Amino acid sequence: MKLDPERYAKMTREALPHSPVLKDCLWAFFVGGTICLLGEILRQSWMLLYDKELAGALTSISLIFLSALVTLPGWYQKLGAKVGAGTLVPITGFANSVVSAAIEFKAEGWVTGVGARIFIIAGPVIAYGTLASWVWGIVYWIMGKL
Amino acid sequence: MTVRNGDTVIFHTPPIIHTWASAGGKKESEGPLADAFDLLFPDTSCGTSKWEQAESILQQKCVEHCLKKASLDPDQIDLAFGGDLQAQCTASNYTMRAVGAPYAGLYGACSTMAEGLCLAACFAAAGYGKQVLAFTSSHFCAAERQFRTPLDYGGKRPPTAQWTATAAGACLLSPGGKGVAVHSVTFGRVQDYDVHDINNMGAAMMPAAVSTLMHHFDDTGTVPADYDAVFTGDLGQVGSGLLHRQMLAEGYDLANHRDCGCLLYDVGNQHVQAGGSGAGCSAAVLCTHVLPRLADGRWKRVLFLSTGALMSQTTYLQGESIPGIAHAVELRAQEG
Repeated sequence: MKLDPERYAKMTREALPHSPVLKDCLWAFFVGGTICLLGEILRQSWMLLYDKELAGALTSISLIFLSALVTLPGWYQKLGAKVGAGTLVPITGFANSVVSAAIEFKAEGWVTGVGARIFIIAGPVIAYGTLASWVWGIVYWIMGKL
Repeated sequence: MTVRNGDTVIFHTPPIIHTWASAGGKKESEGPLADAFDLLFPDTSCGTSKWEQAESILQQKCVEHCLKKASLDPDQIDLAFGGDLQAQCTASNYTMRAVGAPYAGLYGACSTMAEGLCLAACFAAAGYGKQVLAFTSSHFCAAERQFRTPLDYGGKRPPTAQWTATAAGACLLSPGGKGVAVHSVTFGRVQDYDVHDINNMGAAMMPAAVSTLMHHFDDTGTVPADYDAVFTGDLGQVGSGLLHRQMLAEGYDLANHRDCGCLLYDVGNQHVQAGGSGAGCSAAVLCTHVLPRLADGRWKRVLFLSTGALMSQTTYLQGESIPGIAHAVELRAQEG
């Protein structure tokens, strides 16, 4: 065959259909922005009842709850397929990754399925998020000593 | 006398595919080949709560329908060649648990239909069985959860990605009789051109298709124009474009090429990105589109390839490239 891996890599790159980047960005921006706007509306509403700090925590909890709710009938997946980063980046995306895994692995049992694999997507975020906060803790401690 | 020429077995007395059946899911029931399916399951769960079980039911119904069309009992099957995309080919194992006939399980990823047909044809032509079954299936949901992400996860698919067909196909072969003749079969060699992108399977499998096509044309002394159509399994739009370019570079004009992944769905409107894929994709197109046209004489000679990507989720995550394979079956309408 008149082909080698280097030539094929070039040939494949040239043949790649391009994602409609501008359109994707606009969708992500407006839908992601709408989710954030919803978050702000929720925060202002909670602030009518509680102080600022508690209202912030309640806003995160509300968004996570709403995301879990719309994940159940498959709506979050449909929206995510359209808007990409728009639903992935906000806290709702994190909730979706946990709930979708929980639904998915229920068939393998509550312990070996849901329990063991619920963080199959969110796990790296938790693991490296914890590591990053640990590293930052040391940096913070050193800065305090200087 | 049956001869072995290069990688190709050319049958002296071609075995006959006398009966076939196909089953499809929801998206397939909305696609351009919907009317040609024997069975359609608009509820892709097939009445169960587990996707793996759903695939097995889809496949089992397809096999049972094929036997019913041929008026055969499972006991009359001398050997069944079958496989699917699930780890350890469990969909097929559970199908054969219910059917009960002698069974040889295959894993050829999306090349399983052609692989099964090649082996079944050899087995029938050699006189080792009067009724030999070849079948396969794939299920979008079972494949997604095994190879990619949870179904309800809101991720975006790149334009090179392909949609695993929820479909099954089954063919019954005999050493003689009426139907579509298998004139020759070419067993493929594994080809790996260092493609690592799991979302571009068409590109990963294309070199395997070129390799098998060239071996077949060399071994049989034919060119693409000798066939009414040359089918590939599931290269999709991206892989098909690459195939045309590479075959031209090798000196073959594939003007009559069609890809099953681009036929099973309305690629522009059914949100399948570059097209369909999965073992059931080429199996369904074979049984709904190719065999009926050969049986009624609209086509005389067709070359049918199924292409498979042979990685696992583990080897992919370990950074291995994706090896591909393709097997070819030369099908002819019976004369007279």
